[in-house]
Amino acid sequence: MEHILLRHRDIPDINKLNVYKKNGGLVAFKNAVTKMKPNEVTDVVKNSGLRGRGGAGFPTGMKWSFIDNKNWPHYVVANADESEPGTFKDREIMESNPFQFLEGLALASYAVGATAAYIYLRGEFWQVAAFLDEKIAEMEAEGYLGEKLFGTDYSLKIFTHLGAGAYICGEETALLESLEGKRGQPRVRPPFPPSVGLYGKPTIINNVETFTNVPMILANGADWYKAIGTADSAGVKIFSLSGRVRKPGNYELPFGTTFRELIYTYGGGVQDSRSVKAIMPAGASSSLILVDDEKILDTPMDYATVRTLKADLGSASVIVIDDTVSMDWLVNKTVHFFKHESCGKCTTCREGTYWMSNLTERIHHGTGTTADVDLLLNVAKQMQGKCLCALGEFSTMAVVTGIERFRKDFDKAVNA
Amino acid sequence: MSLVKKYPKEVKQILSKYPAENKRSAVMPLLFLAQREEGYVNKEAMQDIAKIVDITETDVAAIVGFYTLYHDKKAGKYRMQVCTDLPCALRGAEQFMDSLCGNLGIKVGETTEDGFVTLEAVTCLAACDKAPMFQTQGPDGIKYHENMTVDRTMELISILKKSGKGVE
Repeated sequence: MEHILLRHRDIPDINKLNVYKKNGGLVAFKNAVTKMKPNEVTDVVKNSGLRGRGGAGFPTGMKWSFIDNKNWPHYVVANADESEPGTFKDREIMESNPFQFLEGLALASYAVGATAAYIYLRGEFWQVAAFLDEKIAEMEAEGYLGEKLFGTDYSLKIFTHLGAGAYICGEETALLESLEGKRGQPRVRPPFPPSVGLYGKPTIINNVETFTNVPMILANGADWYKAIGTADSAGVKIFSLSGRVRKPGNYELPFGTTFRELIYTYGGGVQDSRSVKAIMPAGASSSLILVDDEKILDTPMDYATVRTLKADLGSASVIVIDDTVSMDWLVNKTVHFFKHESCGKCTTCREGTYWMSNLTERIHHGTGTTADVDLLLNVAKQMQGKCLCALGEFSTMAVVTGIERFRKDFDKAVNA
Repeated sequence: MSLVKKYPKEVKQILSKYPAENKRSAVMPLLFLAQREEGYVNKEAMQDIAKIVDITETDVAAIVGFYTLYHDKKAGKYRMQVCTDLPCALRGAEQFMDSLCGNLGIKVGETTEDGFVTLEAVTCLAACDKAPMFQTQGPDGIKYHENMTVDRTMELISILKKSGKGVE
């Protein structure tokens, strides 16, 4: 099947404006602005079944329809803070198929009546930001961005904004704080950004991959998109495959593709022909799926079915763990990450990740006891449901599922 | 020299991205600008930025402290930031880091004697499929170096030293 998002793999030089246009680019945007009402654009996206690709999987069109039309101006923000360990898809989109992403952002802006849109990129992507600035300037020069587009009253400017190294800024309200020039600490929700967002104004925030779907949906129709994937999860997803596989990388596949196909057909199988011990389907924030039965690999990857394995598909950042890996080491890694990235605002997460880290360090380095393993599980469970944002919750996922599903690894570590 | 005097065009361009009544948003790009030459933000620059965006110097310092890419202390000319997070570690990043330490004769967090390289372990850089990898943060900005070996890293360092700045 031809790619819908990673189209640069089929069409060389699609990162050049004339090539993008030659392949149908920007027709959808021009058509929307000149011939469609903003809410009609939202309706098409709603009917397509597109769900947010940043991890939460919230229906995109529904989010857009929540924009508060009594409070102006409106903003649209692209979340390009890609920082989840195991996720590396947005960078490829922005570097290789930038116009499709920008067109999607422009379509979203038109749909909710925003005349300014910001792309919040993680600070490490400053070369990508400079590249996007060039592409935005090209679109302005050809009249696709700027004042009174295509002779209508609609105007739109797009700006890039760099973060500076903080995972928490991928959380949408922390991102807004950061964009406002503050420390990236999440806000209490509700109110949600479609009511109170950037500068206190209604704001739609979506992931880069989500926006990149939109031009193709507008061009080909909601039914075309809905026919791809599964009933629960429409369309295609970019699966970022990493860990102990032969061919790690991004693979754009329809929802419903099995873990086995991803790992063996596309990923070339496990390194050194070892066997899969566990899978983290949503990066470091995942629950660990115990692969004690070959049949588990035949599970289709869509939001609903992955949940039957007591895990979430999230951003589809599939980390493959083979049987050489001990879970006390892995959990020490993930906890270290979350402790480092905790913003410090809520006590549960700030203190919880600190104490979990003390315990995982002890356990992994052979100075822990069985009581430490129990205590670690206890601390993680006490944190659940009590954090201000998802980061704190995420920090407990690998801990709880690691101990509950791979207890032997921990017992071995403390009795070594 | 103040930031506005030194980079008048850049400061103006940065401020133009945000609504005039929300110029505080410019604080992060201004900090990157201030950090460009010396690799860290000094007190004077923080005072400048506070004035430009009309917030207190403490607010600016709080931002420098919060985000890992801002530094308030001088380090080596290049910060070599190796990702040792889970996906990279599953592809040998820890062994890579160990041999790099051996080759450079320093530990993680230290700077080489000639003041050229500071070696740091960092969290995910979104390049998990291309480990071992690191980014360099130096006078030429931030650059990714992917699918690296220790030999290629040592070669990169010698090229950087010869050129006086960065390489593509």
